[in-house]
Amino acid sequence: MAALCRRFTGFHFLLVLVSLSISSLVFGDWIGDDEGEQFTEELLLKPLPDRKVLAHFHFQSTAHPSPDSGHHHHLFPKAIAQLVQKFQIRDLELSFTQGRWNYENWGGSDPISSTNAKPPGVELWATFNVPVVEIDTTWKNLTHALSGLFCSSINFLESSTSYTTPSFVFGLNVSNIRYGALPREAVCTENLTPWLKLLPCRDKAGLATLLDRPSIYKGYYHSQKLRLTSTKLSGIILEQTLTIVLQPNIQRNSAHSLLDGAIQPSWSISSMFKRNLTGSCVLARTSRILVELEKNIVSKLEELGHGGSWSNSLLDLSPNPFRVIKEVNPFPEESNSILFEYVNSKEYEPLDVGIKWKLPFVWSSPHAPFHASRFLMGSGTERGSIAISLQSTKSDEYFRSKSNECRMQAVVFQVVPWYVKVYYHTLQIFIDQKLQNLSDVIEKIRVTPSEDKKLPGTLELVLGYPCTVQSVALTLDFDKGFLHIHEYPPDANQGFDIPSALVTFPNLHSSRIYIGDDSSVHSPLLLKFQEKNVVLSYTEVLLVPFTTPDFSMPYNVITFTCTVLALYFGSLLNVLRRRIGEEERLMRSKDATKRGLIPLIVSKITSKLRGMPRSKPLLIFAVVLSVLFHYIVN
Amino acid sequence: MAVKEEGDTSQQGKKSRSRLILRLGALLVAHSGLVSVVCCAAGIIAFILLPVLANNTYISENALMPGSADPAFSSQEVLDANRLTMDILNRGAAKASGIEIAKLLREYIVAVGAESYYHKFVPRANKFHPLHFFSSTTDNLDLPANPSCGSFILNAVGIIRAPRGDGKETIVLVTPYNSQNTTYSDAVSLGIGFSIFSLLSHVTWLAKDIVWLAADSRYGEYTTVDSWLKDYHGPAFPGETSRIVDDACFEENNSDSLDHIKVEGHNSYVYKRAGTMAAALVLKVVDKKEEERDSLSIYAEASNGQMPNLDLINIAHYLAVHRQGLRVKIGSIIYFLKASWVKLLGEMLQHITTLAKRLNPKWKFDITSADYVEGTATLASSIYYQALGVPTGSHGAFRNYQVDAVTLEFSPRSSLNNENVRSAFLLKTGRLIEGVIRSVNNLLEKFHQSFFLYFLTAPHKYVSVGIYMIPFGILIAPLPIVAAALFSSNNGSSNKDGSWKWLQAAKVVFLIHLWAMITSLLPYVLLQLPLGTPSSFASAWAAVAICFLLITYLILWSSSIDCGWELLKSVMIVAAAIGLSLMSVINFSTAQIGAMLIVPMCLLVKPARKQTQGVFAKALMLTSNLALLVVAFPPAALLIAKTLFGASGNIDIGDFWEWAQILWSWNSATYMYLLWIHLPCWVLCLNIFLYPCIGSSSKA
Repeated sequence: MAALCRRFTGFHFLLVLVSLSISSLVFGDWIGDDEGEQFTEELLLKPLPDRKVLAHFHFQSTAHPSPDSGHHHHLFPKAIAQLVQKFQIRDLELSFTQGRWNYENWGGSDPISSTNAKPPGVELWATFNVPVVEIDTTWKNLTHALSGLFCSSINFLESSTSYTTPSFVFGLNVSNIRYGALPREAVCTENLTPWLKLLPCRDKAGLATLLDRPSIYKGYYHSQKLRLTSTKLSGIILEQTLTIVLQPNIQRNSAHSLLDGAIQPSWSISSMFKRNLTGSCVLARTSRILVELEKNIVSKLEELGHGGSWSNSLLDLSPNPFRVIKEVNPFPEESNSILFEYVNSKEYEPLDVGIKWKLPFVWSSPHAPFHASRFLMGSGTERGSIAISLQSTKSDEYFRSKSNECRMQAVVFQVVPWYVKVYYHTLQIFIDQKLQNLSDVIEKIRVTPSEDKKLPGTLELVLGYPCTVQSVALTLDFDKGFLHIHEYPPDANQGFDIPSALVTFPNLHSSRIYIGDDSSVHSPLLLKFQEKNVVLSYTEVLLVPFTTPDFSMPYNVITFTCTVLALYFGSLLNVLRRRIGEEERLMRSKDATKRGLIPLIVSKITSKLRGMPRSKPLLIFAVVLSVLFHYIVN
Repeated sequence: MAVKEEGDTSQQGKKSRSRLILRLGALLVAHSGLVSVVCCAAGIIAFILLPVLANNTYISENALMPGSADPAFSSQEVLDANRLTMDILNRGAAKASGIEIAKLLREYIVAVGAESYYHKFVPRANKFHPLHFFSSTTDNLDLPANPSCGSFILNAVGIIRAPRGDGKETIVLVTPYNSQNTTYSDAVSLGIGFSIFSLLSHVTWLAKDIVWLAADSRYGEYTTVDSWLKDYHGPAFPGETSRIVDDACFEENNSDSLDHIKVEGHNSYVYKRAGTMAAALVLKVVDKKEEERDSLSIYAEASNGQMPNLDLINIAHYLAVHRQGLRVKIGSIIYFLKASWVKLLGEMLQHITTLAKRLNPKWKFDITSADYVEGTATLASSIYYQALGVPTGSHGAFRNYQVDAVTLEFSPRSSLNNENVRSAFLLKTGRLIEGVIRSVNNLLEKFHQSFFLYFLTAPHKYVSVGIYMIPFGILIAPLPIVAAALFSSNNGSSNKDGSWKWLQAAKVVFLIHLWAMITSLLPYVLLQLPLGTPSSFASAWAAVAICFLLITYLILWSSSIDCGWELLKSVMIVAAAIGLSLMSVINFSTAQIGAMLIVPMCLLVKPARKQTQGVFAKALMLTSNLALLVVAFPPAALLIAKTLFGASGNIDIGDFWEWAQILWSWNSATYMYLLWIHLPCWVLCLNIFLYPCIGSSSKA
């Protein structure tokens, strides 16, 4: 597939070059037109508390619905437009992720984490505009199309055992949604290249030039996402985001460097990406870089007496930002996060945004009110339990705002492959280690039991509990199923994956409000931040060890079967070539009594045992032999 | 032709038509005496030859690739280790409280940017419960009503999340130390553990998470590790451990030392997990002087003779010998190293093998006398520890959760107080552990390629299940043959109602087994009684058991006389054969040792009063019977083993109780074997030996 893709890449490259030149020549004045297609590129940089830096690339292409243009697009990737047209996609989200989002250190309730923290591997969900009966076929075709487009094994989501129909988790109470995840899919450059191909400038100009493969794949988290929304009114909106967490180069002197309260590492774009940013993609309507300082840093700055300044005794932001955008939040006494905006327009002078820390400083990211984790219980290869636990992070901001009677809602969405046979009636919920009556805690539940080799099991659950609760835990017992030898995946001895569970907090939103009128800023990324996104977190992928057969077993079975067959045919031939008439005459001539075959043989043998006529020693012998045989076989 | 010779060839015709296999069976049964002598001798000889038949180990799983990367463990890490060692010793000297070191370790773990938490638990004694054999006891709920403050154990645990990994699998490192009495070697082993941990926190190749458990082994390292594992695989929900332990308890005792914990917040007690365990390494440093080189001892035996995958031992051995130049040792029994008969045997074998090699140079049975002696001693220890069913270290706790684990015990050449010696030693051990972890990290699947059933005869030589089953099979092969022979001979002699007589014998055998089963459960009842010393427990146990036996005999007397000793022996032999075969599946070593005692006894036993032709033959039979009966009695066997292997001191009857206690507290199947199979077999043999030879049973 990779080779195929590469061939296509070459071809596409030519096409893109041609289209680029055409568009820049002919439609140069047409790009800025609001009515037509648009492309924007933005990059958000944010220092993280654990000495890392978050870089969030956001590319957005829009194609307005224009029946005149037909199949032709100027900026918008044709492949995507065709996809939308062919499969009648209303919404689609595809993410490729490597590494895990660290909800404790990198934040759990800000817009970035709630929209861009994804489970490891591939996750895909889509809603369609087609009649209900056609959805499954459309989904299958879509997985194949995406698989070819992104050089990955998304086509494994085609099988009905791997996707499911969530009913209320994604907030949309619709039946035309399909959801699937491939936790074992490895993510690498061969997935990034086709993703970059969808950008009008690819990685030849603009912010995408920063994507130096060795530096971005060396990071701690790498999630590339493609989000498609298509409506009759606004046309197709394609958001491509790449979220990476990088560790700026630090001189590691000793393990104790952190204990001594060392200064956070200073970084700049060129030091992190090993590339210089010169100029924007000419086709982009806007190209800007934003640097965000979290509110905990800002509050520290305010303490020190420099409110929104970018050059102070704590840190030094260089070069000087074009604009400062401040967040407004409902609690006026609190500090808010600040965005520093840079416009990437200079073509000859590299824009090297960076932060230089001057003082040692420790802060923490905003947490979601509950930290979700999931683990397996029990041992052995027969049964076990899945436990999902929500542990209060005591993020005071939320609790301060609410009275004691407040009630927390948590939606748990868990898909389990069919070979992990979950017994949903064993669901137990512990709140603060006390077993709860299910009806008191569960507000809504929907269970689709798994069907062998057909359907995965799906659990959707809305929990309601007081905000002051310390911990919530769910347990579900399961049996490990037996598989046919051909159903085992490659590397079956590693175990089987259970995809990440999704825990959302529907009454919490990660929206932000910024000062300043939208017309002046007009940033799709900031608009995105202002959307009401539900706070959510993905749990770990679980690895369930299974009983695996000895995969050389087929060979044993073949040899065994052959032996049995040989014995069978041997005795059959023996019977056939026997002269029965002759033997009968022989029997008749002797005074052979009318005994069955087995007693006859038995009496023959026992008579030979020193002329003793009974059959007991043979019996004992046979029993012991069979025990021995069984033992040897095992 | 057939018509002509019909009359005189009828007998022959029948014979020729019967199946070959049946004829062979009949032949074996007819010559059961010869067969049993030959088989027993062959079985024992083949068993003695096992060190000669051992193969060289090889790394079976290609993905492991041990030693293919240069170790990154440098002097920087050695400095880290030294600093922690010094810190522990200083703080340990200043304060002898249990949690001081755990606190220090947590500080260090947090400093390298890893996650960390405290694991707190109350140790509980392993009680005998008759229904808990083979099941991991999960009685988490019966906490003591009012645990005292000092009885808690606090372990520091650190977790490195692999930067680009998906967190499905994890490698566990365990460094046990004693918080009450921290020795210098404890501190060094913690130093090594930390330096590896800090190295792994910034390597780029990590694919599996790393968990470092600094286990406070105040109440035994197995208890600590087992309790941590139980929580890892059990419903230890966040916050539960902190709920169990009353924080006030700590505040009263160590108000100042816990300040730091308080500052760090509630989360430091939240139990954290990291995926399915791929392998575990227990690291220890022992400050005993080695002769010429730093050495590494590998301990691998877990409960009931379970072993980790051979590949895990192989990579540790390969890296230690070929990369770091350490001397690798595995346990051996000193008696065999010194015994002159073993040496003699070795020399004989050496001559034979050189002779065999001269005959055919392709034969690879080449062994020197010294090799043989060492192989025998190592094999004996391997068999002994597997047969005992008691793990040789805290790695045994991992095996209960199907995790491959070994204990690596390092001992330096000279005292660790010397700065240069310590640095060189730390560098070697650190690089070795890094290499092992890197190999396990390379592993895509869990360990499955290599052997799980094997004995080691040297660190680089193993005897696999395919080889060691053969002597055992040969050894127990005569049992069914002799049983069949006895049965048929008895049936031939008494024709009247002999066909169902064996049921009576079976009844006797069954009741004796039932008695043995009740005896095995007696300790559960006895433990409820307020008996003081082990010796009083042991005598009570013996007394009650003998009482029950006598009652059984009162009931059985008539039927046991009635059925005749041959039938009794035949059924007993069948029961013993089945029992041994079952046991060899559960714990091979126990079955092998048991078979060497039981099989000759079962085959040879005859009533003492039975008439035999020669006086000499009778005397020989009597003495051999008596000797075997004495040797095969479990307490007697224990005594003999004790005196033979040089354990001095007076022998007390309470020893047996303590010994049995060890077996059941570790859920050892050997306990069940001894009381369910071995003891009834011995009682029945004794019964046959003392058989009053009257009636139809005695047949010259």
